[in-house]
Parts: sequence; C-alpha cells; structure tokens
Amino acid sequence: MQVTYRIKRFDPEVDKTPRFQDFTLQVGENDSVLDGMIKIREEQDGSLALRCSCRAAICGSCAMRVNGEPRLMCKTRIRDAAPEGLVKVEPMGNLPVVKDLVVDMGPFWQKVRAVKPWLEPPAAKPEREYLAPNEAMREVVGVVACIMCGACVSDCTVWEVDPNFLGPAALAKAYRFVADPRNTDNDERLKSLTEYTGIWDCTHCFYCVQACPKDVAPMERILALRREAIKHGYTDHNGVRHSDSFAQSVKDSGSLNEGRLAVETQGYLNLPALIGLAPVGLRALKAGKMPSPLHHKRPGASQVKRIFNELEKEEKTT
Amino acid sequence: MRYAWYPGCVSQGGCPELYASMVKVCSALGIELEELKGAACTGAGVLTERNPELADTLNARTFALAEQVGAPVLTNCSTCQGVMSQANAKLKADPKYLARVNQHLAPEGLEYKGTTEVRHLLWALVEDYGLDNFKAKVQRPLTGLKAAPFYGCYILRPTKVLGLDEKPARSRYLEMLIAACGADPVDYDGKFKCCGFPILTLNEKNSVNMVGTHTLDAKAHGAHCLVTPCPLCHLNLDGFQPKAAGLKGQQINMPILHLPQLLGLALGLSAKELRLNHHIMSTKAVMEMVNA
Ligand code: SF4
Ligand code: SF4
Ligand code: FES
Repeated sequence: MQVTYRIKRFDPEVDKTPRFQDFTLQVGENDSVLDGMIKIREEQDGSLALRCSCRAAICGSCAMRVNGEPRLMCKTRIRDAAPEGLVKVEPMGNLPVVKDLVVDMGPFWQKVRAVKPWLEPPAAKPEREYLAPNEAMREVVGVVACIMCGACVSDCTVWEVDPNFLGPAALAKAYRFVADPRNTDNDERLKSLTEYTGIWDCTHCFYCVQACPKDVAPMERILALRREAIKHGYTDHNGVRHSDSFAQSVKDSGSLNEGRLAVETQGYLNLPALIGLAPVGLRALKAGKMPSPLHHKRPGASQVKRIFNELEKEEKTT
Repeated sequence: MRYAWYPGCVSQGGCPELYASMVKVCSALGIELEELKGAACTGAGVLTERNPELADTLNARTFALAEQVGAPVLTNCSTCQGVMSQANAKLKADPKYLARVNQHLAPEGLEYKGTTEVRHLLWALVEDYGLDNFKAKVQRPLTGLKAAPFYGCYILRPTKVLGLDEKPARSRYLEMLIAACGADPVDYDGKFKCCGFPILTLNEKNSVNMVGTHTLDAKAHGAHCLVTPCPLCHLNLDGFQPKAAGLKGQQINMPILHLPQLLGLALGLSAKELRLNHHIMSTKAVMEMVNA
C-alpha cells in the first residue's frame, strides 16, 4: 500500500522553528510505522534522525507521537495508523528535541535516578536468597514491565507546566520498590515522595495510563503510593485533608459540600491560606454562585451513611 | 426520550447555572428527565482512590435506582461520567464482585442487576437524539461565534472504558455540536488536556498555570469562548481565571460556557434562562455576539 508520512523535522543547526515534511512510499500490509521510517531514511533522506533498536517493543527507544499520541513506532501497524494513507509523526512532548524525532532523555533519567531505583534489603543477610511471597511480586511485576520509553512523560499534563514534577515513569518506579516486600526503608522513601514534585502533584488526568505501551498504569501506582504514604502516617498534607473532608461530606449528607471542602483542605488553623480563599469566595458570592452554607442532606443520605460505615469497617478489618 | 437524570453535586452546588440550563435545554428538546434525587455523589475519583469498593457500591446504588426508573443514566458532568463508566465496567465484568457489592444494597431493598447504561448529555445528543434532529430545533444559529471545546479528562481517558476505542468520534462530539449550533469550533492544543482542578488545593500554582495555558492557547487561536461538558473544569477555568491572568501577567477574559448553555443559546433560550450572568468571567461579549 502507498502511504504518506508527515514528519516533524527540526535541525537546530539549520532550522529556526520545526517544519513538517511529507514522504510518500510503498509499505507492506503488516509493516510497522517504524519499518516505513527506516525505509524513508534508507531510500529517501539519510539525514532523518530517529531512535530505534529492538524493533520488537522491548528496548523502549522508538517512542514518538503518532497522529498526536505517544506510541512505540515498532508496535504500531501502519495500516492502523494511516487508514486513509496519511500518518503524522512527531517527537515526544515535554522533552527537549535534539534533532527531528530524537529527544533528550536526560530529564527523564534524572527523575528516575531521583527516586532511588534500587532495593535496600535488610542488613542481616539471609543464608540463601531473599524470599518474597508470590502475591506481593505479582503486584510489582506490572511495574517491572516498564521499558523506560518515556511515552507517559511525553503527555503528562503536570510535567508540561512544571518540569520539576517527578513524573509518571519515575513515580511508578518508586512504587515498584515501595511495594517490594524485600525493601526496608519505605518510611524515608514515602516521606520524600510526599513533598512537592511527588505523589500529591499528579492531577489524575489518565494521560500516562492511556500512553503506556506496557500497561504499567503509572497513575494507579501514584494513587497506591498515596495510600501507602497515609498508612505510614504522612498525613499532614492538603491532599489528605482534601480526601478526608470529601469523604466526610459525602458520608454525612450523600453529596459534596464544596464550601466545607475548601476550608477543611487548608485546615481550620491555616489562616493565611483561608484569607487567600476570600477573594475567590467573594467573586463567587457576587456572581450568585456561592454554595449555600446550609448544605442539605440528600434523600437517601442515611443509606449512604450506612454503606460508608459498613465498607469502612471492612477496610479496617482487611 | 427519557433518562434517569443524575445532576451531580456541582450543578447543585457551585454551578447552579448548569442545573438550570440543563433543565431548560432538555425541555426545549423534548427530552424527559426523571431526576435521581436519592443518588449519592459518585466520589469524583477521590473516593475511588481511598476505598474503591466503597465508591463502586455508591455508584452501583445509583445504577440500581436507574433500573427502577427503567431508563439510562444521563449525566452533565465529564467527571461523573468517567467515574460511573469505570465503576460500571468493573461491576459488569465481575459477577462475584457485583454480588458482594449488592450485599450492601440489600438492606435498602435495592439490587443492581447490571443493566444500566450511563450517558453524558454530549453522547446522548449525538448518539440517541441525533445531530439532524438537534439542528432542526435551532432557532438562533450562533453564526460567527468561535467556540473552543474543552472536554475534561474523565470523559476521554482511558479510551477503553469510555467507549472511545469503539466510538473514536466521541472525541469530536463537542466540535460536532458546536457546528450544529451554527458556531465555529476552534482547534487548539488544550482541548483534551487537564483543567488542573484536581490539584487546585494541592499545588495551586500548577493548577492555575493550566487554566492560564489553555485559555490563552484558545484565545491565540481566535476563540471567543470555551465550551465544556464538565462543571469541575468550569469551576477552575472560570473561577480561577483571574488568578491565572495574574500568574501569566496578561489579560485573558475568556468566557467559559457549560455545554447546555451553548446549546440553549442556539435553541433560542434567553441569557437569563441559561443563567449566563452567574459566571465569574463575564459572558457579555458572547451574548452580544449572538444577540441573546
Ligand atoms: S495522571 Fe498524573 S502522572 Fe499521569 S500524566 Fe496525568 S498528571 Fe502526569
Ligand atoms: S511507564 Fe510505560 S510509558 Fe512510561 S516509561 Fe514505562 S513503559 Fe514507557
Ligand atoms: S525499537 Fe525497541 S521498542 Fe521500538
């Protein structure tokens, strides 16, 4: 079949801004997007810069944006990506472009290193290997599947506005060690992950879950880390107060009380933050959209409370 | 057409204009709403994060109430849609789990049989009502208005759960509806991104930065307003736009319309009926442009 590749090109030595260039070629029925890219480089333009190695979705080097979405090019069939004969290929987002489709993975690795991606087993050595129960490892295996391709970082909405954010891949990696029963220093790890740039900065946008070619579901790992951090007593955080207040409000009335949520999240004693809320509250009042201070119970609220009590009790006993 | 309407907490709290415009628009279209008054909050993802089974049980209760009404659930909130879609997928896929959840509904005499479908107004209009039928009801074509879609994360991702794998056009429905109203949809980078609301109280700077980035991006592409099917996006994009303007050091002044407000304008409803005066960012420019 004939396809046209619309490729984003950028050579910092020549170009001021990126530009798109079209290449038309014949590809096979079952070819991957990567096969076509290599053909273009070999037959049409040897200066086209791209990264690849294994061609089998193992090495993680060929992640790019295919039709706007981060994909492993070797794992994406051209006939799926270009049903109408046109495919758009761009470098990943959120990482600086070195040339054409090659990005600088430096910031990615820097974040992975920052979460101490290694095991810290207990000092007392067992006679033979460290044993870990199957169940615990099953949980960890899902993250071990990560091939460090960066697709999740490409579209992370927090990284986009704040490059200090540790990001989905590094946080998933952190979870891999926190969840490993052979690890000992979870307190320290969780404490530092609770700080700015860590688990509470994720905005729950699902982009990384959608992007990951290995179903690592980084966001789910971040949420699991939040639960772990709370279990370890790291609760002095707006994220925890927000979650507690939210749950209490639904438990009491069946629905969310936004006014109470705003105040309780800052903490009743946090005067500067409460005063900071005032302009927002005043504007809402002026627009006639301040939530009523008298938060009415929904019909059925008593049933909701019962369900809360039953399931919170079950959670405690498991 | 008849739905078990789930208005959600925000349209009954911080965004009363959404509740009002939803009622007016559905009545103008002849869509019958049977409000699920006794349903609880979906948990908005926050409860799922704390205690997934608790959140799934509350949502199963809502689905059981809808089964009693005998109609699909209709939402007007991307977040409610996402949370309910995820809970529903889990409950439908695992009969054992469903049975366990149902034990907590039994004391109230409820049981979820696993038959409820959940649809956002955005999907219902395109898939059930039909764009042509909608167009036939347009009385005030919004000619010349450039409206930028802002979907909200929960109605898009993960695509497997939100039905976008089978119906990829769901990621274009807002544009299709904007066009059906006679307005021009604006294409820009921010349309599928996060409004920042979930981290508003956790990292306000990043959250407000998202508001500023997307509203300014839409503005640079010529948008007169943003349209969103998510009231949580609305709360942030509208309510925190003044702070975003401060952070970005430039004027933004971008009106943020709820989806039913845009539709209502095209259906000939008045600005007052749609409560367009209950916003933080003035919608006056939009009203003048379409003579509402
Ligand atoms: S869910 Fe969190 S980590 Fe994943 S892409 Fe969104 S903000 Fe980034
Ligand atoms: S989590 Fe998934 S997307 Fe992110 S680097 Fe690992 S394999 Fe790639
Ligand atoms: S070339 Fe190795 S993952 Fe694609």
